[in-house]
Amino acid sequence: MEHHAYEEEKLQKLQQLILCRDAQVSTLLSIFGERQHLSFPSIFIYGHTGTGKTYILETLLSTLELPSAVINCIECFSPRLLFEEILNKLHNHCPAPENDFSSYERCDSLNDFVRLFKKAISCQGLEKETVYIVLDKAEMLREMDANLLPGFLRLQELTESYVTVIFLSEIVWETFQPSTGCLEPLTFYFADYSKAELQRILSSDYPPEYSPEFYASYINILLGVFYTVCRDIKELRHLAALNFPKYCEPIIKGEVKENDSHKLFRNIEPHLKRAMQTVYLREISSSQWEKMQNEDREAAQLKGLSAHAHVELPYYSKFLLIAAYLASFNPARTDKRFFLKHHGKIKKTDFLKKHEKTTNHLLGPKPFPLDRLLAILYSIVDSRVAPTANIFSQISSLVTLQLLTTVGHDDQLDAPKYKCTVSLDFIRAISRTVNFDIIRYLYDFL
Amino acid sequence: MSKRKSKEKALPIGECISQVHAVLRLRFLQQSHDGKKFGVESQHKHLVELLKRTVIHGESNSAVIIGPVGSGKSMLLKDALQEILKIGQIKENALQVHLNGLLQTNDKIALKEITRQLNLENVVGDRVFGSFAENLAFLLEALKKGDRTRSCPVLFILDEFDLFASHKNQTLLYNLFDIAQSAQTPVAVIGLTCRLDVMELLEKRVKSRFSHRQIHLLNSFKFSQYLELFQDQLSLPSDFPDTQFAESWNKNIESLLENKTVEEVLQKQFNATKDVRSLHMLLLLALCRINVSHPHLNAADFLEAFRLRRMDSKANILHGLSVLELCLIIAMKHLQDIYDGEPFNFQMVHNEFQKFIQRKAHSVYNFEKPVILKAFEHLQQLELIKPMEGLSVRSQKEYRLMKLLLDNSQVTEALQRYPNCPTDVKQWAVSALE
Repeated sequence: MEHHAYEEEKLQKLQQLILCRDAQVSTLLSIFGERQHLSFPSIFIYGHTGTGKTYILETLLSTLELPSAVINCIECFSPRLLFEEILNKLHNHCPAPENDFSSYERCDSLNDFVRLFKKAISCQGLEKETVYIVLDKAEMLREMDANLLPGFLRLQELTESYVTVIFLSEIVWETFQPSTGCLEPLTFYFADYSKAELQRILSSDYPPEYSPEFYASYINILLGVFYTVCRDIKELRHLAALNFPKYCEPIIKGEVKENDSHKLFRNIEPHLKRAMQTVYLREISSSQWEKMQNEDREAAQLKGLSAHAHVELPYYSKFLLIAAYLASFNPARTDKRFFLKHHGKIKKTDFLKKHEKTTNHLLGPKPFPLDRLLAILYSIVDSRVAPTANIFSQISSLVTLQLLTTVGHDDQLDAPKYKCTVSLDFIRAISRTVNFDIIRYLYDFL
Repeated sequence: MSKRKSKEKALPIGECISQVHAVLRLRFLQQSHDGKKFGVESQHKHLVELLKRTVIHGESNSAVIIGPVGSGKSMLLKDALQEILKIGQIKENALQVHLNGLLQTNDKIALKEITRQLNLENVVGDRVFGSFAENLAFLLEALKKGDRTRSCPVLFILDEFDLFASHKNQTLLYNLFDIAQSAQTPVAVIGLTCRLDVMELLEKRVKSRFSHRQIHLLNSFKFSQYLELFQDQLSLPSDFPDTQFAESWNKNIESLLENKTVEEVLQKQFNATKDVRSLHMLLLLALCRINVSHPHLNAADFLEAFRLRRMDSKANILHGLSVLELCLIIAMKHLQDIYDGEPFNFQMVHNEFQKFIQRKAHSVYNFEKPVILKAFEHLQQLELIKPMEGLSVRSQKEYRLMKLLLDNSQVTEALQRYPNCPTDVKQWAVSALE
């Protein structure tokens, strides 16, 4: 990492702040060039989340003290917010109580922005210096006005100033291209961290009371469990911080020495595997997980979020839902066989077409008309059900609960079609409460 | 004097490098060609003649310059305008209005911009005009009155001309062309666009008022000319401060032309696109590698720059996936092979993956369904798979129909490049149909 245009001291500071990204940083520095050099009009940087795109750009620009505006496109969801934010940053203006949280200047369109941008540049005396505009989460720009992305791509030409626009995104450039073409940016890839690099970065922030080697061996175990599933450094770092107290526990109790890595591994591995099923999926929140570790309870005793999926429904609603599930997942021609009392002789071969079997639970629910739902309902409920207003309102309330959905919104009253959108586990739990054996009625499990 | 000259001759190397960067970056990025033209002499002459007739004889004209991206439309116009402005008498009373379809997205903004560029803001002030044409006529009238001579010619330059055609009723275009036809104020309307079918976008009445003068800029040069362009673009000018360095630099560039590797790279680039701008990008990337310890370009720089330009971005993204996500991609590939490119849902992918685990692999990959679903959603977030219908359609995550946005060859290639790819996964990927 060396560049004659920048001070040695600052570059060294950069080297300390940024790990395992020397190649990218030096390429970026050489692309940036000196302050008063013209740089590329636009640079498109892509890479997975947690490869340090935003971090490196931010540290690079702030350490080298280059004039820049770093904007998050999710935050600035409309063109006006985007433009005003950039202008605020260039003018060092911050919305505060003193100025009624107003921005520096009102700017609605790209036309105004270009004019005001030129003004800002000459105001700050940056005419002969490259100004960097960093647009983070640039994929949001695609959904904004059609002229925005091409406009930013040729901002250098439009403003006739030394400006470089840097786009940061997770998504590849090909999906950004407008159909009418545009000025191609320089695309630049931030490679993912390899396992060794992840190990090095994660081990770098070890807690002071333990030795670095000890923490490194912990990280090694952690990566061994999670690396096949997750490579996101933020997630891994979070998991590392969360599970470290458990790892140290045997040492604090005095059962194991620090260098007995085998025993420590035996102790932590099942714990980490449980963490994958719970904390990684956010079934159990991190604070719950920490509390559980402190109280030394068995992990995963706590019910996760998905365990609370059980819903208490009225009696007829339950049967309505069961009927809807049956209607959705059984082909209509098998209704006779399942629900009619005297259905005559069943031809076994008809029902055991191999290619049709188990496809319904694979392909998802099929839409069914209201009549079929009611017919199945009458057949599965033992007592007589009167088609009262209550029954029909319960159907529509199941739709609002999103347990059913309407298909095709063309008609509200006349022969509406529905789909059942609950899982098999859910419907089994429901049918168990009303003593109904749903598996016996499902074609897929015949 | 001699002392100063010798000082001029030998600058320290760092200074030289800095100068090289400054000169060449400016040349590549601001598209200034230093008066050299490649195969556009006739077009240039045509345009200059046209503009001259407007500004000297007061003749109203309209023309469209058409050419693909990066073919030098703006450069041609800039050159022509520069040449026109050199003529003394014109400089004083020819006004230029530059409009861009990206900036002036509707006629209201465009009109404001015209007022601003003609310095008439104080005149128009708060007056409210009935119609657009009235406002425009007023603008032009003000121009007439404002000058001592009878009328002052205005040059309208419309960049991204095709975008102006998408304005409501094409009022601006209609009025500009109408003035070019009827009113006495001499105007020249020059449009720049990369759409060949731009005439079809115009309404009938607008089309009939347009003079149908089209200047086509097609990159019609051969590879030998491309090489010439390459040398011309990279050479340092004669007014470079350190002549000695410039000489050795230029000599080096000349020797590069004979280099087989460089020629190969350029041939590949030429085959992909003849567009001068991408050549500039390539050269600029190579130039970025020049520093004090490496003061001259060599073939490796071009190879590296070409490699950077030609990376397959999807392969890069695939390289960073976790093993589980890669397994899902392989399962999707198998599904596509079996069902002939039909869309699939998560349930089917999961089923396919389960088959793999049960039959072939060890229980190492035996993840729970929610973990797999999380990986699946990550793939969707990366836009490697795309839902068939919009997300507004409410259905369960597992049963949403998806499409894989990858080629089979891309998947196979990614597998080969994947670091530490487990052997059983590789095997599974190869054994496609069973």
